[in-house]
Amino acid sequence: MAGTLLLVQFLNGLQLGVLLFLIAAGLTLVFGVMNFINLAHGVQYMLGAYLAVAFYGVVGNFLLALVLALIAALAFGLLLEILIFRHLYDRDHLDQIIATFGVILFLNHGVKVIWGAAPLTLPPPDVFAGSLVLMDGLLYPVWRLVIIAAGLAVAAGLYGAVNFTRVGMLVRAGATNAPMVSALGVNIERLFMMVFGIGAMLAGFAGIMIAPILSVEPGMGDNILILAFVVIVIGGIGSIRGAFIAALLIGLVDTLGRSFAVDILRLAMGPSPARTVGPAIASMLIYLLMAVVLYVRPEGLFPAKGR
Amino acid sequence: MSEPVLRLEALQKRFGSLVVTDDVTLDVMPGEIHAIIGPNGAGKTTLINQISGLIAPDGGRIVFAGVDVTQAPPEARALRGLARTFQITSILPGFPVVENVALAVQARDGSSLRFIGRAADEAKLNRPARAALEQTGLADRAAVRAGDLSHGEKRALELAIALAMQPQLLLLDEPMAGMGRDETDRQVELLLRLKGQFPMVLVEHDMAAVFALADRISVLIGGRIVVVGSPDRVRADPQVAAAYLGEPTI
Amino acid sequence: MTGAAMSIVPSDRAAGSGRDVAGPLLMFMMFALVPLVAALTADRYLLDLAARVMIFAVAAVALDLLVGYGGLISFGHAAFMGLGAYAVGILSAHGIDDALVSFPVAIVVSMLFAWATGVVCLRTKGAYFIMITLAFGQMAYFVATSLAPYGGDNGLTIAARNTLAGWPLFKSDRPFYYFILVCLVGTYLLCRTLVASRFGRVVRGARENASRMATIGFKVQQFQLVAYVIAGGLAGMSGFLLANSTEFVSPAYMSWQRSGELIIMVILGGSGTLEGAIIGAAAYLLTEEWLSGIIENWQVIFGPVLVLVVLFGRGGLMGMATRLWRWWAHV
Repeated sequence: MAGTLLLVQFLNGLQLGVLLFLIAAGLTLVFGVMNFINLAHGVQYMLGAYLAVAFYGVVGNFLLALVLALIAALAFGLLLEILIFRHLYDRDHLDQIIATFGVILFLNHGVKVIWGAAPLTLPPPDVFAGSLVLMDGLLYPVWRLVIIAAGLAVAAGLYGAVNFTRVGMLVRAGATNAPMVSALGVNIERLFMMVFGIGAMLAGFAGIMIAPILSVEPGMGDNILILAFVVIVIGGIGSIRGAFIAALLIGLVDTLGRSFAVDILRLAMGPSPARTVGPAIASMLIYLLMAVVLYVRPEGLFPAKGR
Repeated sequence: MSEPVLRLEALQKRFGSLVVTDDVTLDVMPGEIHAIIGPNGAGKTTLINQISGLIAPDGGRIVFAGVDVTQAPPEARALRGLARTFQITSILPGFPVVENVALAVQARDGSSLRFIGRAADEAKLNRPARAALEQTGLADRAAVRAGDLSHGEKRALELAIALAMQPQLLLLDEPMAGMGRDETDRQVELLLRLKGQFPMVLVEHDMAAVFALADRISVLIGGRIVVVGSPDRVRADPQVAAAYLGEPTI
Repeated sequence: MTGAAMSIVPSDRAAGSGRDVAGPLLMFMMFALVPLVAALTADRYLLDLAARVMIFAVAAVALDLLVGYGGLISFGHAAFMGLGAYAVGILSAHGIDDALVSFPVAIVVSMLFAWATGVVCLRTKGAYFIMITLAFGQMAYFVATSLAPYGGDNGLTIAARNTLAGWPLFKSDRPFYYFILVCLVGTYLLCRTLVASRFGRVVRGARENASRMATIGFKVQQFQLVAYVIAGGLAGMSGFLLANSTEFVSPAYMSWQRSGELIIMVILGGSGTLEGAIIGAAAYLLTEEWLSGIIENWQVIFGPVLVLVVLFGRGGLMGMATRLWRWWAHV
């Protein structure tokens, strides 16, 4: 019984990790290449979900809705980049924080105006709707497995693109030293736009994929954004590899921690104090992890700019 | 035979597979001006950064005034009397000139964990600060915002800050960089006036200045010390000439 | 970081001098007159609003110490407010409601949290620092939501405001209002003194050029930690005031959105001036009040306003006021 619970939570942790990676990858690239703190990345994720719900309502097909939503999310992300964000790359982080905060306020309440405050749902494609029997007595939702598979596929694709293509090389170079890349004659404006667009699409994709599991509501991107920040801080700003490892680590630690903290603590203290203190400690776990990592390595595990 | 004020023993530093400081052994005797020259990329600034404590060496020792400071942070070395100027001017541009120097005085005047009283009005700090400004010719610029000074004046300010630290040793990282002929001459004059008060390590490209000031010269090529000796000896050395091929004649 | 920051005002102005007394004096006098105006217009709500402005102003001034003078962009400042508030709430839930206990406890708890997190945060620089303070703020928030015995997500109602050695001083709104004003003036004067002191000069110098300060002989991290702890304690005090004012504590007091709002207050008013933080708090809260009275989802308007202010405003309201003043003096 404990074994199946462990496996289930392990898979859940993996799924959260993969989701976090999709969001963190864009965030760390934008941060690493353009030195831009994009708080609005979370609403990009939320927007993906809302757009998917909206298109699904029109076309009735998940895959088609996904494609349309991705395109719309990309378009919207690029619009934000052109109108607002590109004017902030040269400004200090404070200004970036306030401006992107303003964008969050606008979009979190904008979706409320358009779609209402009530949570919306998006059904997964029929073929993936059920549960799979993994072991005796263990049913696991197929869609969660699809998310894990899709996330790993994207990770592999990103890894390949960043490390083996010319464009990827430019992105890596930009994360290490953007002014130098510009000085070498590369159209830095277009590079930035591309990096931003990829990030927006990844975040939107994450939102679309998670929509069948979580409810789609205003502000859904806020908490996961902070987790994504923890991921890139631990992984090292500008590093895709760092984001991947840190995302999986955090997904697993957080999920397993929350499931088993009370039980583990029960061994050390009585059941009653464990039940009181357990949830609090479980919610602190990833931040303690971050504190430990940063104490030892203040620039994260794999910083792009080196040491 | 007196003790060296600074002694570097077999100092090593690598960045990845690039060896930037290769088994550097060097000493600086009391009162001397010891210049370090070498072509671009030889590792001079990295060496200075290791001496002042901003970069940690991978191997070797740094002994300053008889104390092993290899693991000591920059502030500890500064408090022992290790002063430096920076290749790219490093001052506090938003503060008035006199406060830039007064802060250096403040660092060695008891505790700075004082939460009342206006630091800018403390005569105890301002008097030595103004004295240092006098020495570097900035006395009448004391109230000016440091960021508004000319390039040469900023360099002089860096020197004033170093003087206010009552240095046991002064590290000068390309003090003539970006200066025209007149300004360079004035800077050389100033350093000659200070010569003997405390030893100096001078990293510099301007050969005229180096030969006017240095008692001894160490030549750093590819991270290694290739030659050490008097200016005449270094001038005559074939390795040095080869390394500087293409540079204006010494 | 390159380019112009709309936020930072030059150091020499920041250190302050005698001629700057008029502005703050006027401001505090206006605050002092509010209860009389409220009595005259029989507008109780005005008193509540002004009290709220002052409470957040205390936290904002403390944050300006870090952001404007120290160059330390703390994105978890609301956590200290929340901790101070929860100190009041938790003590009250256990029957301890004397301000002589709650007030120092609120401040000490916040300072301890600031010290513990500051030791880790201050090892990082720049953007890493921003994000790690954000994460620690979130940590405090999530711990608060998981405190089931103290209301968890829903928060905790406080039976009554704190008493002062048994005397229900704060029960009546007017005396409590003036207590808040005293706290605000005290915070302002403390920060003014700190900024001009030896300690403050080191912190300000570290903002301009930390490596220069180290090579002069200052252990920069030490000084920044002290500043961080002081700011945390002051924010804890504002949390004490908030809990007493609303007679309610909730994890929302510590949310990162709240931390963001505090930063906005500081920048909107003009960082590195201290008065700016007070003005910014007033501007933000009053705008929020006014807009939310007009339309329900007022953030749809406020959000773009923030973006525009960042893109086109420099030095915040204090900057604009200074430019206006100079232009008028010229004319």
